Amino acid sequence: MAETADVKEPNVSDVKVSDASTTAEVEAVLDAPVERGEPILQVRNLVKHFPLTQGILLKKQVGAVKAVDGVSFDLYQGETLGIVGESGCGKSTVAKLLMTLETATSGEVFYKGQDITKLSGRALKAVRRNIQMVFQDPYTSLNPRMTVGDIIGEPFEIHPEVAPKGDRRKRVQELLDVVGLNPEYINRYPHQFSGGQRQRIGIARGLALNPEIIICDEPVSALDVSVQAQVVNLMERLQDEFNLSYIFIAHDLSIVRHISDRVGVMYLGKMAEIGTDVQIYDHPTHPYTQALLSAVPVPDPEAREGRERIILTGDVPSPANPPSGCRFRTRCWKAQDKCAEEVPLLAVPEVFAGKQTPAAHESACHFAEEKDVVHAA
Amino acid sequence: MENTALLEVRDLRVEFRTREGVAKAVNGVSCTVHAGQTLAVLGESGSGKSVTAQAVMGILDSPPGFVTGGQVLFQGRDLLTMGEEQRRRLRGAKLAMIFQDALSALNPVMTVGAQLAEMYQVHRGMSGKEARARAVQLMDRVRIPAAKERVNDYPHQFSGGMRQRIMIAMALALEPDLIIADEPTTALDVTVQAQVMDLLAELRREFNMGLILITHDLGVVADVADRIAVMYAGRIVETAPVHQLYEAPAHPYTRGLLDSIPRLDRKGQRLHAIKGLPPSLTAIPPGCPFNPRCPRAQDICRTDRPPLFPVAAGRTSACHFWKDTLDAR
Repeated sequence: MAETADVKEPNVSDVKVSDASTTAEVEAVLDAPVERGEPILQVRNLVKHFPLTQGILLKKQVGAVKAVDGVSFDLYQGETLGIVGESGCGKSTVAKLLMTLETATSGEVFYKGQDITKLSGRALKAVRRNIQMVFQDPYTSLNPRMTVGDIIGEPFEIHPEVAPKGDRRKRVQELLDVVGLNPEYINRYPHQFSGGQRQRIGIARGLALNPEIIICDEPVSALDVSVQAQVVNLMERLQDEFNLSYIFIAHDLSIVRHISDRVGVMYLGKMAEIGTDVQIYDHPTHPYTQALLSAVPVPDPEAREGRERIILTGDVPSPANPPSGCRFRTRCWKAQDKCAEEVPLLAVPEVFAGKQTPAAHESACHFAEEKDVVHAA
Repeated sequence: MENTALLEVRDLRVEFRTREGVAKAVNGVSCTVHAGQTLAVLGESGSGKSVTAQAVMGILDSPPGFVTGGQVLFQGRDLLTMGEEQRRRLRGAKLAMIFQDALSALNPVMTVGAQLAEMYQVHRGMSGKEARARAVQLMDRVRIPAAKERVNDYPHQFSGGMRQRIMIAMALALEPDLIIADEPTTALDVTVQAQVMDLLAELRREFNMGLILITHDLGVVADVADRIAVMYAGRIVETAPVHQLYEAPAHPYTRGLLDSIPRLDRKGQRLHAIKGLPPSLTAIPPGCPFNPRCPRAQDICRTDRPPLFPVAAGRTSACHFWKDTLDAR
């Protein structure tokens, strides 16, 4: 393994861990504001394995689906971090882990220096108030028997300190107005709305508790193109208005580029490459990112003719039995023996280390090489 | 066969009679496909693109769906006036369909080999053994690795991309003249989508078939289609060769669609979203159905329904102001 100081994975050691110990201290830390551009969420070596069992009475673990297998990244205050990857790469599991909807197998998630995977009770409740989620499917994520007012107002039942009982109706109507829905619709049911309007309701619910971070899991992929643009514009406006940080998970690379400041590419439970939108889209160095970008159909017949297309062979391997070494090696055209033996670290590749080039960003490949696949040659 | 169209749809109308009223899903659609040509039908949900395909295939759920007018001429014969038995014999043999969701389109309790072989047994009267051998060949043809070993697997044992290949194999089995593919890659990941689209394009060339590709994805269309028909509220609003459509759309709806998608190759500013929502099919606005959302709408758009105006050779647009739209790029 390379011993240069430049090559190193993000580590717990570079997290400013808070030393609060009592619940009151922890709550004070969680309520303190974070400066714009400072890290608000720091994820280190996050792992989630789902056990595979056999037998009915005497359950025996026969293996594990390694949905997330050592993921590290930072989210800065006020930015949008896009996470892209194909189905099964673990991007939605990451979202659930950040929301503490799933318990991590190992690893840490530091929110303002507090490891939220170890919190419980009141402190955890305070964290959850500040990290909210918008789901993919606006048809199944809204209770069909509840009115819009009840859906958006429900978070206040759990966190009554945010809005006193008498104010709630007014607050819900304000939220409807903020997301561009008529406040008079407060007594309607979800089925009376179109897909785009429902997603606005989901966003209003996410905003209800004045969170600092919103995790959006495929928020626009169920919507038609013309409506999708409306919702993306709305989300960008809300980010400026409420000073939000977004984690934007999607499989549509064009949408992710549009909305994100930084982008992480996931493959089989690991982060393959992470960097700013220019670094990832215009100067990708990981072969998987290059293949993914080159496979995106571009709505411009002129531009497509000059583009190089990399067509990958085969399917994504099963996360229950991932390949040794680099996980992408079974589909990679650059794969060599080293790739089967050594797991590549997510770090600035040695060839680019210390250089002033957009290609010098973290990429988990032994043979990282810059290649523009998006622009016509 | 050179100059006659493979499929000609004339003024097709379909409505759904529901408790909430009559939903006019397809309102006078006309289009033609020639052998070896790919026509893309582009539209958002509820634009009538899938219903048009179902009416052509004769697999419309009826009731509540009814074809209320028009003709569907396939190699010169009207499918709509044909007897059901005659039509059934054409289906699969002469025109075939690929569905979006292969998992629900394939029979989960039959092996894929048996499902493929069934095509040959029913339509060609082959023996079980012969049909089986053909099924393996077919699976090889759509590049399913280790076809011989996998022929006895069930659909759930295949990945999404492989299942879609089996769907394609099934559509190709009897070497039809026309394939209708309804969102064939929508459920797939981009890297797999590229594989499947490439395969489909290659096979279309090889068998010189006509292909109707129904999709909502402007990117996929740009990659494979020769001609595009854009649908809105059950009508075709613009038809054009693929390059011209992307270069200079002649209908404000097409313009709006192109403007509302973000670009992969550069970071854009705010997206130009089309305001409002597509109309309900039970209450399509009078005049041009797009007028409530259109930035160019004038009084005439609210009263007079625009026909498809010829814009250039092989191009039409259903907009009173197509000239202005075309020039305003």
